[in-house]
Amino acid sequence: MALSQKTKETLLGPLNANNPVVVQVLGICSALAVTVQLKPALVMGVAVTIIVAMSNVIISLLRNTIPMRIRIIVQLVVVAALVTLVSEVLKAFAYDVAMQLSVYIGLIITNCILMGRLEAFAMTNKVWDSFLDGLGNGLGYAAILIIVAFFRELFGAGTLLGFRVIPESWYVANGGFYENCGMMMMPAMALIIVGGIIWAHRAINKEEK
Amino acid sequence: MEHALSLFVRSIFADNMIFAFFLGMCSYLAVSKTVKTSLGLGVAVTFVLLITLPVNYLLQVYVLNPLNLGYLSFILFIAVIAAIVQIVEMVVEKFSPSLYASLGIFLPLIAVNCAIMGGSLFMQQRILLDPENVKAIANIGDAFAYALGSGLGWLVAICCLAGIREKMEYNDVPKPLQGLGITFIVVGLMAMAFMCFSGLNI
Repeated sequence: MALSQKTKETLLGPLNANNPVVVQVLGICSALAVTVQLKPALVMGVAVTIIVAMSNVIISLLRNTIPMRIRIIVQLVVVAALVTLVSEVLKAFAYDVAMQLSVYIGLIITNCILMGRLEAFAMTNKVWDSFLDGLGNGLGYAAILIIVAFFRELFGAGTLLGFRVIPESWYVANGGFYENCGMMMMPAMALIIVGGIIWAHRAINKEEK
Repeated sequence: MEHALSLFVRSIFADNMIFAFFLGMCSYLAVSKTVKTSLGLGVAVTFVLLITLPVNYLLQVYVLNPLNLGYLSFILFIAVIAAIVQIVEMVVEKFSPSLYASLGIFLPLIAVNCAIMGGSLFMQQRILLDPENVKAIANIGDAFAYALGSGLGWLVAICCLAGIREKMEYNDVPKPLQGLGITFIVVGLMAMAFMCFSGLNI
């Protein structure tokens, strides 16, 4: 199926040029907190993508019936119901990851990406476009999460997805020269890495223009 | 009493909402341009936390737990928060127009501030802890202490950042790093400084 220009833009724009985390500054809280390791970051990215896409569809279907004054509460309830579903599914099928993510699963409700996309897009657009927009934004968010988690897990623990990447024999303890960077496991480094990503992103995108 | 006091101090410094858990980051970054507006938002967040957290505590302990409805907590908490924000907005508008004028624009935003929801979710976890644990919330007094401490911690954090950003106006920051990028790095450095408190034992 050939995608029209507009559809392509709705879906792929948020991955780079209009990234929800780096450009629109939405959903920072969870982006920083769950990125110590790659696995929870992946799960979080997938969970948010599903929830954004689904809630965009639901709100888009309801957009003509929701009274303006109470729209925020309606949106919150829809999102909260979806998050509850995802949280129960995770607890049933991926208990250890659900425990690692702890409160941040619940905090998807107040993730600004959701409210931002619902307000800015789903309230005024058709169902299919809203679905693509949700998917694109979710994936854009997941991409940033994965980049940050990649660096933090690689340099902080020397592993990726739990598999050892930096050989044991390199470590000082085994007579090598290498030592893990403990700073990477601290919350502070997540902020600095995101700062660095924003720097790189802006520098590159300016050159393209 | 002693427990509540230590919970209060810990939630300001060691378990700071911003630097330890990144909660309420969105409005934290968006609003921290001047100290004055930051102070307004900080006060509003503290105020709303102080009301919603104990209410959610009572709901969790006396409604959800006995009825075994724990899985409904997300919907219930967010509904309580949204409703209370709405009520607070109306009450403040009626009784203190001057406070409303200074908080007005921030109040509706607070319903979707992660710090408020996060406070309630952490409270939900901390009820389950052993009462001897310094982090446990065992009664309504503890819930108040935790709410006040978290709110004040958030207020301190946003005011510090706003102070730094006001000064930074005059600095020569590399072009692509200006605005958001440098703010992230500043917050990172501040978080490192706040890490010193994590060994605090009271």
